[in-house]
Amino acid sequence: MKATAWMGSDTVKVVNVPDPTILNARDAIVRVTTTAICGSDLHLYHGYIPAMRKGDILGHEFMGEVVEVGPQVRNLKPGDRVVVPFPIACGHCTSCQRGLYSVCENSNPNAGVAEKVMGHSPAGIFGYSHLLGGYAGGQAEYVRVPFADVGPVKVPDDVPDEQAVMLADVFPTGYMGAEMCDIKPGDVVAVWGAGPVGLLAAASARLLGAGRVVVIDRYPYRLRLAAEHAGADTINYADTDVLDALNEMTAGRGPDACIDAVGLEGHHGNAAVYAYDRVKQAARLETERPFALREAILACRSGGVVSVIGAYGGFVDKFPMGAFMNRSLIMRTGQCHVQRYTRPLLNRIQRGEIDPSFIVSHRMKLKDAPKGYRIFQKKQDECTKVVLTV
Amino acid sequence: MDEADRALLPELDGPEPVPALPRAVGLLSLAVGVAALAAPERLARLAGVDDSPAARLVIPAVGARELVHAAGLIGGGAPAGWAWSRIAGDTLDLTLLARAHAGRCDERRRRLAGTTAVVGVITALDLLAVLRARRSRRARERAIRMEIAVTVNRSPAEAYRFWRDMENLPRFMTHLESVRAEDLRRSHWVARAPAGRHVEWDAEIVDDRPNRAIAWRSLPGAPVPNAGRVRFVPAPGDRGTEVRVLLRYAPPAGAVGRAVAKLFGEEPEQQVRDDLRRFKQVLETGEVVRSEGSPDGISVRQQVMQRPAQPLGRR
Repeated sequence: MKATAWMGSDTVKVVNVPDPTILNARDAIVRVTTTAICGSDLHLYHGYIPAMRKGDILGHEFMGEVVEVGPQVRNLKPGDRVVVPFPIACGHCTSCQRGLYSVCENSNPNAGVAEKVMGHSPAGIFGYSHLLGGYAGGQAEYVRVPFADVGPVKVPDDVPDEQAVMLADVFPTGYMGAEMCDIKPGDVVAVWGAGPVGLLAAASARLLGAGRVVVIDRYPYRLRLAAEHAGADTINYADTDVLDALNEMTAGRGPDACIDAVGLEGHHGNAAVYAYDRVKQAARLETERPFALREAILACRSGGVVSVIGAYGGFVDKFPMGAFMNRSLIMRTGQCHVQRYTRPLLNRIQRGEIDPSFIVSHRMKLKDAPKGYRIFQKKQDECTKVVLTV
Repeated sequence: MDEADRALLPELDGPEPVPALPRAVGLLSLAVGVAALAAPERLARLAGVDDSPAARLVIPAVGARELVHAAGLIGGGAPAGWAWSRIAGDTLDLTLLARAHAGRCDERRRRLAGTTAVVGVITALDLLAVLRARRSRRARERAIRMEIAVTVNRSPAEAYRFWRDMENLPRFMTHLESVRAEDLRRSHWVARAPAGRHVEWDAEIVDDRPNRAIAWRSLPGAPVPNAGRVRFVPAPGDRGTEVRVLLRYAPPAGAVGRAVAKLFGEEPEQQVRDDLRRFKQVLETGEVVRSEGSPDGISVRQQVMQRPAQPLGRR
């Protein structure tokens, strides 16, 4: 079969590899119909995530048709059309039973290594380094899905692929980012980053009753999407001081909740500030460029919530702990517990409350994946989200 | 429970014993020392140096030194160090004897030659004693004891039942090839060793408390004396069971010891931790979880050799 493989920093190739096979009794094999490139795939693409091996198949956002099931999978049969959550979760450990699927205690075969880096191991993730399991990803013609009796959700015929594939990661992730804000009527929610997750977090904040949503980015075409599809006010940090603007909008209170949908490869309006962290990151003195996180903490109203859904991998410097502690802030974070959200959000799509596919800017074939990565990375051609059909 | 712990491997408990040979040379020191102090004249005649006024001073000094050696070697504690001190003494004695050779002839010279030969043999014995003492100390240093725990979302009874069937152990302990239960207490274990070899031993259950604990140890004759105990403690907050494992083993020197060391790699604790992770997986999910990068399941040891995350193809 054909699959998108990581071949080193800034290099992906579509290569021929063997078809996947059932390895565990609760596996299913899915013939992928639609897959997408995630912003977090760009962290892999840039080589910021450790424990990648040449030839690793990428992709954790995918959906398709079940073609084979292991003997323990009784809820699916060949022919079922399913979307698959990106975290791999066993459904039986204490974490899974408490709904914390992305910290499943059993799905990372390389948990011992992850423990050395992070203290305890999170769940395995499709196509996301050997630190998170060494699972082959879904930017391919076929993919093996472990614990297929827990993750995959059947998609009704009236929901097209392009909407359903958003349930694999970006829509639930954005939604969880908003849900963690504990939004009350009239709340002001600020979102850093107008990529797919930030846009869907903004739209979700609206769904959850926020009075006002403010989205911060530097690409006018993305801010336009935020205004059009999430009814958001926008701040372009390239020409506006973000803290001043937020204080002005909230009469000095600051947003009630701040969502960091940027993560470890942030940018900053001030070239000197950007250079400080960029140089430290290049010299491996810190692994992240946490501009959005620092700003979100400083901006947030006292006692408010900082919700972190942008991806981080290691350590940040100059964390404003003084502001965080003295102003009674609350931080909530986590890789999305997608299995918790797939069905409720599928219902919202079916009821017409939201069409998460508004973020899709580019549609290509799987064989064009390298081009997709390139234009997504360089934000060429007003790229927001690349969807690959197989 | 602590009593069961102590009973696991008695040969490794208590103060460091003095091995037989270092003890024997200690007794020799005692004899020589007493003789040199009690009858220096006769000893001088025996050695062929009864014509030397200096010998009357040197021989009691040598005797006093020997008594210090004897006290150290028999009294216990650091036998290797004391055996080395004897070799220093031997060297001094041989030097003195070589100097005494000069200017002597006939009977005295013959006696000196005999004495030198005896001291030479004793030096060889002392070297052997040093080696024995070091080997014994290293065996104790190699003895490994570890306590590792994992929380499993199953009842103590389920966890106990799975572990009590010793034939289940190879399902999650990757270094084991098989465990065959001979009867309710005894079992025969086969472990993998490098280059396709095996290490085998018999073991017995020494403590069996249903749903609470199991303790076992290898029977005499095992190439790697080992013992273990697992306790099943209800985890607080309805989180299943804390499975707490204590393992002890004493890899011998030589080829088997090296094989065992290689088998467990540089981090034996990590191996056991991975074993317990697999135990948790089997109990909670039904089997060991596999990914394309590590198709044989959890193993930090194999992390560096992982395949790329690509399907393996039909096997």
